[in-house]
Amino acid sequence: MIDLNTLWFIVICVLFTGFFFLEGFDFGVGIVAFFIGKTDTEKRYLVNAIGPVWNSNEVWLITAGGAMFAAFPEWYATLFSGLYIALFLLLISLIIRGVSIEFRSRLGNPKWQKLCDIGLFVGSALSSILIPVALAYLLIGLPIDSNSEFRGSFFTLLSLPALIAGLMGITFVMYHACIYLQLRVSGELAERAAKLAVPLLAIFTILGMCFYLLVAHKLNPSVNLVAFIFIGIGGLGAILAIFAVRIKKYGVAFASNALLLVGVSGALFCGLYPNVMISSLNPAWNLTIYSASSSPYTLKIMTFIALSLLPIVLGYVAWSYWIFRKKITQQDLEY
Amino acid sequence: MLDLVNLSRLHFAVVTVYHFLFVPLTLGLSIFVAIFETLAFVKKDDGWQKLAAFFGQLFLINFAVGVVTGLVQEFQFGMNWSSYSRFVGDIFGAPLAIEALAAFFLESTFLGIWVFGRHKLSPKVHVASIWMVAIASNLSAFWILVANSFMQNPRGFAIVNGKAHMTSFLALITNPKVFYEFPHVIFAGLTTAAVFIMGVSAYRIYKKQNPELFLRTLSFSTVAALISLIAVTIIGDLQSKYLIKIQPMKMAAAEAIWETEQPASLSVFAIVDGKAYRNHINITVPKMLSFMSYSNFTGSFPGINELQAEAVQRFGPGNYIPPVALIYWCFRIMVAGGAVLIIATFIVMWFMRKKNILTNPWLLRGIIALIPIPYICNSTGWIMAEVGRQPWIVYNILLVKDGVSRSNTPAMVLTTLIGFAVVYGILACIDGYLLITFARKEIKEGAQ
Repeated sequence: MIDLNTLWFIVICVLFTGFFFLEGFDFGVGIVAFFIGKTDTEKRYLVNAIGPVWNSNEVWLITAGGAMFAAFPEWYATLFSGLYIALFLLLISLIIRGVSIEFRSRLGNPKWQKLCDIGLFVGSALSSILIPVALAYLLIGLPIDSNSEFRGSFFTLLSLPALIAGLMGITFVMYHACIYLQLRVSGELAERAAKLAVPLLAIFTILGMCFYLLVAHKLNPSVNLVAFIFIGIGGLGAILAIFAVRIKKYGVAFASNALLLVGVSGALFCGLYPNVMISSLNPAWNLTIYSASSSPYTLKIMTFIALSLLPIVLGYVAWSYWIFRKKITQQDLEY
Repeated sequence: MLDLVNLSRLHFAVVTVYHFLFVPLTLGLSIFVAIFETLAFVKKDDGWQKLAAFFGQLFLINFAVGVVTGLVQEFQFGMNWSSYSRFVGDIFGAPLAIEALAAFFLESTFLGIWVFGRHKLSPKVHVASIWMVAIASNLSAFWILVANSFMQNPRGFAIVNGKAHMTSFLALITNPKVFYEFPHVIFAGLTTAAVFIMGVSAYRIYKKQNPELFLRTLSFSTVAALISLIAVTIIGDLQSKYLIKIQPMKMAAAEAIWETEQPASLSVFAIVDGKAYRNHINITVPKMLSFMSYSNFTGSFPGINELQAEAVQRFGPGNYIPPVALIYWCFRIMVAGGAVLIIATFIVMWFMRKKNILTNPWLLRGIIALIPIPYICNSTGWIMAEVGRQPWIVYNILLVKDGVSRSNTPAMVLTTLIGFAVVYGILACIDGYLLITFARKEIKEGAQ
């Protein structure tokens, strides 16, 4: 039987994983659209491929932030104030990206559209780099003092493992988007995306191995076995995905990406557990699921509410994906 | 004076007031678009369909900016107010998480279904989806106001090891403050949207672009505006009576009452001197404030100086007086704005009765000019509410200066403040331009 602190640690891990699985392909489409969308119509097809769902996919991030605040206020406060400038850049990126999607086709002005295409590309790319960098620092460790206050600067955040985590983020979302697009668009556009998929996955896998080698010594040894199981799941996902792409079963490839992602974030969060943030100054100052958490009462209330709401939310989100399961046509171009 | 605390306050003020320029219109307009869609569906009426599509586009443009600026709201408590987040997270985080889980998912998912599902769903489900958006938007307001009400009127908590712990979730969500704040905000949203629709409809009639069609929305929204205005005024009045009990300092500042008065007179114009703790010029209506506060002509209204002395006794030495002049004028501007709107809607209704509104350009211009007034009222109302709780971040529990992020430097906060202000400024220009372009757009025959 796990305690509520562990449960909420898992909930937050699940929310970030869900975020990367869903918003991941939105970010990725924003990036690859810049390369594979040759004409305005093609770009519109790409943006409309994520049109009905990108907004709700972004709510996964807001919910992850909210859940962190509710269940682990110290984690929320330390992480968000510590990564101040990075988070500011992330918010600006998300703003620019959102506006570029929503307003791109509203003016019918080619210059404006070009500007929005750049906004979409830069915003998506930066977002997909910055979030994994932030999460990697949970494990790499940040200069946190005995009062859980961050004692560093923005430049503390520049390190090789973090850079690799950022690159992993951007290559994964691009790869993931290439698979998603096979389900939503057709013709030359889909073919161009399909060509990119396997090379991107290969780069991602190599980066993932490098990251593991760099941070392996940080992993909590007592949960190493579980972390290895997750790495195994991730590897299985990658292999399945490659086979599925080969035989053009893109639905299977898309589902395999879920395995891949569960593996990567499962290994990361397992390696972290029971810490939520590592202090690079002194291991005694690590934030743990107990030292950073809300009171047992609040965790109980939040568990009750989350367990009652989550099935409903997942139900209608799944229904919305069912509505938009087919490839898009001319009449679906709302953006 | 721009130290870390004041910069962080300015930061909060800028990003929050800006975000709330878009929220009320989203809250209200989602309901009106849902009503128009329902009318089109029930009456099988092409005209209402066109109107729903027209205002639906304006809704989406406004919604987009509301959403992206809302992201900042979720994270800024951790960024700039981490000490506050640590202190209050056990309580404050819950409504924020519930807001995301219960309202934001619903809102965004059904918005996607509404916009992109037109050709994929039955008309009934399509109408239902915009209602889900409207319900979810207004539900999100409830949860965020639960969080705000805790800051204004802490309930259901205990201080454990220097942190506020939730002792009763029920007490948190049944905080009496919520039941003034929530309907006040909902009807303010409806007012904002109704006046917006009035203005846009008047513009279309004035430009002779589908005047008959927009006469429908003009008359509909004028009636809706009047009802919303009456509701928002009554709730506002009840709320200010309640505030005298829970936040007497805020109300004393709002009325610029320095010394306790019995009976209290209502100030209509005052030059407030916060440094000298008095007003230089003060034009008053005798006994009126007692009447407005307690419905009698003898009630005693506590003054700022006395409340300050009480606070010093209770909390130790310090300045517990919020910026009086700002609150005084924000309160008056909000009330005056509401009064102007009520009078204006009566005038519009009078002319509508005589059916000559289509040929009265001055009246139409006047209606267009009303559009900014609800925005001014919304902003001044919130400035009064939030500045009025100074110097507290959680009323009578935690001071604002003890809530900031200690790891931040003034330069960092200033950098992000400028960054957000620049991006928000550009966003405002784009949004305004798009709204005007779409408000002028031709409605094609047969188009949906």
